Amino acid sequence: MTPLDLLAQGFVQHALIAAVLVSIAAGIVGALVVVNRLVFMTGGIAHTAYGGVGTAIFFGWPVLPVTGVFTALAALLLGGLTQRRRERTDTLIGVIWAAGMAFGLIMVDLTPGYQAGLMTYLFGSILTVSSVDLWLMAGVDIVILGLALYYYRDLLSFSFDPVFARTRGIPVTGLYFMLLLLVAETVVMMIQVVGLLLVIALLTLPPYLAQRYTRTLGGMMLASSLFSLLFCLAGLMASYWFDIGSGPAIIATACLIYVAVVAVEKAGSRLAS
Amino acid sequence: MSNPDTHAPVIALDKVVFGFDDEPVLDHISLNIPPGAFTVIVGPNGGGKTTLLHLILGLYRPDSGRVRVFGDRPGQHPDRIGYVPQHGNLAPGFPATVEQVVLMGLPHGRRHGPGFHPDERDAARQALTRAGISELADRSFGVLSGGQRQRVLIARALITEPELLLLDEPFSNIDPYGRACIHETLDDLGSGLTRVMVSHDLGITRQAVSQVVAVNRVLVSGLGPAITEEMLALMYGQHGADCPMGQAAQVAHQQAAVGPDSRGADQ
Repeated sequence: MTPLDLLAQGFVQHALIAAVLVSIAAGIVGALVVVNRLVFMTGGIAHTAYGGVGTAIFFGWPVLPVTGVFTALAALLLGGLTQRRRERTDTLIGVIWAAGMAFGLIMVDLTPGYQAGLMTYLFGSILTVSSVDLWLMAGVDIVILGLALYYYRDLLSFSFDPVFARTRGIPVTGLYFMLLLLVAETVVMMIQVVGLLLVIALLTLPPYLAQRYTRTLGGMMLASSLFSLLFCLAGLMASYWFDIGSGPAIIATACLIYVAVVAVEKAGSRLAS
Repeated sequence: MSNPDTHAPVIALDKVVFGFDDEPVLDHISLNIPPGAFTVIVGPNGGGKTTLLHLILGLYRPDSGRVRVFGDRPGQHPDRIGYVPQHGNLAPGFPATVEQVVLMGLPHGRRHGPGFHPDERDAARQALTRAGISELADRSFGVLSGGQRQRVLIARALITEPELLLLDEPFSNIDPYGRACIHETLDDLGSGLTRVMVSHDLGITRQAVSQVVAVNRVLVSGLGPAITEEMLALMYGQHGADCPMGQAAQVAHQQAAVGPDSRGADQ
């Protein structure tokens, strides 16, 4: 099959649109996660999402909306607990992380006759994204983009120095919960594409790279989105060429590019010195 | 909004009690700071200096007693108050230019959206000029030295042209040259500005300082810029002369007795 034949396939077009939609959310939210040092928190929220998947499978409900609500509630719970007991943040995240995941596994175990499809939500399958999923993802993107633009100043100040931001009258607690909800919905949206276990990589690797080349938060968000899209597209090609799963292929590609960039930079600075 | 009586205190604390959980931090603190005063709050670490600033800023609420700033409850006038927090808790490598950091000093809610208005950017440039670092505007905040960062944070506090400036240990992690420069900047801000500076540096007392208060759970205030014996007893009273803290206190006491502008008794 030539590349053009491939592009003519409906599922390939869906995959490409999904890659763009996921990258917009991952870039914006990932940049905020990285500058606010919420990577572990994001891991906790992502794994709790598995409880939502298990619940949906057990009751035979649609997975994406159920997981969306479940994960949002988990994010609010985590936010509330860590606000009250800041010094216990790590421990609390670890507990909720494990509990959410175990709950999901138990629900799946209790579902009679259920076996297949579980891996889909662990590792993702961008090649089976439906039109409905694409619309849902576009909706989440619009919400994220709208909130990020409208609250850009507040998010900037909140991320840079939350205590000072509070003295300016910025609703820091509200922004914190809003950010956690955005993380939750981004995670749920990315389940389809890279899977739960690999969400963290797409929310952190692009921002880490972007941070090296940008001087503003907005620039970092844009560059993160572009890196994320690059990883998705390169990963999809690798998935096709080597006949491997799309989720792992995307993450493997992202990691390789990240290591290559850092190595080239290190070599460059050595040569320069 | 404004005070009809120009001599009404900018900050008025009346029998303020505050603690974290069951641990008392401040016990019946009363303090009036008049307009134009340059007040320095000294005291040991953990003595409640920063907590006192946070109460004035409205970040904490007192368990009992009353805090009034410009005659109102704290937190009502963000644009009239400039705050320079303790240096060092900012994320390294944060993607922001110096100008953007200064713009973060604007109060919430005036405008939304990702861009900044030309008026606001002008105000940021002016604040940078007042802090003596206008040439840094387009630099990345993350690559600056400690002293430069501190001046950026001072500029951030000045962007609203506040009437009250609260500084929390502006000299920690800064070399002596940088300290001298920042001292000069603070002295030059003008007598119309009410300044409250927290410091654990006993050599801080200077001509520009109008009042020193010592805080260590309770508060002792003096009339002039000198540290009194009573303050030293409050801060270091529990240490004997054989303890390094007690010795430092004695040295500081001797220096303080020499004159208000004596420096160098850092610890």
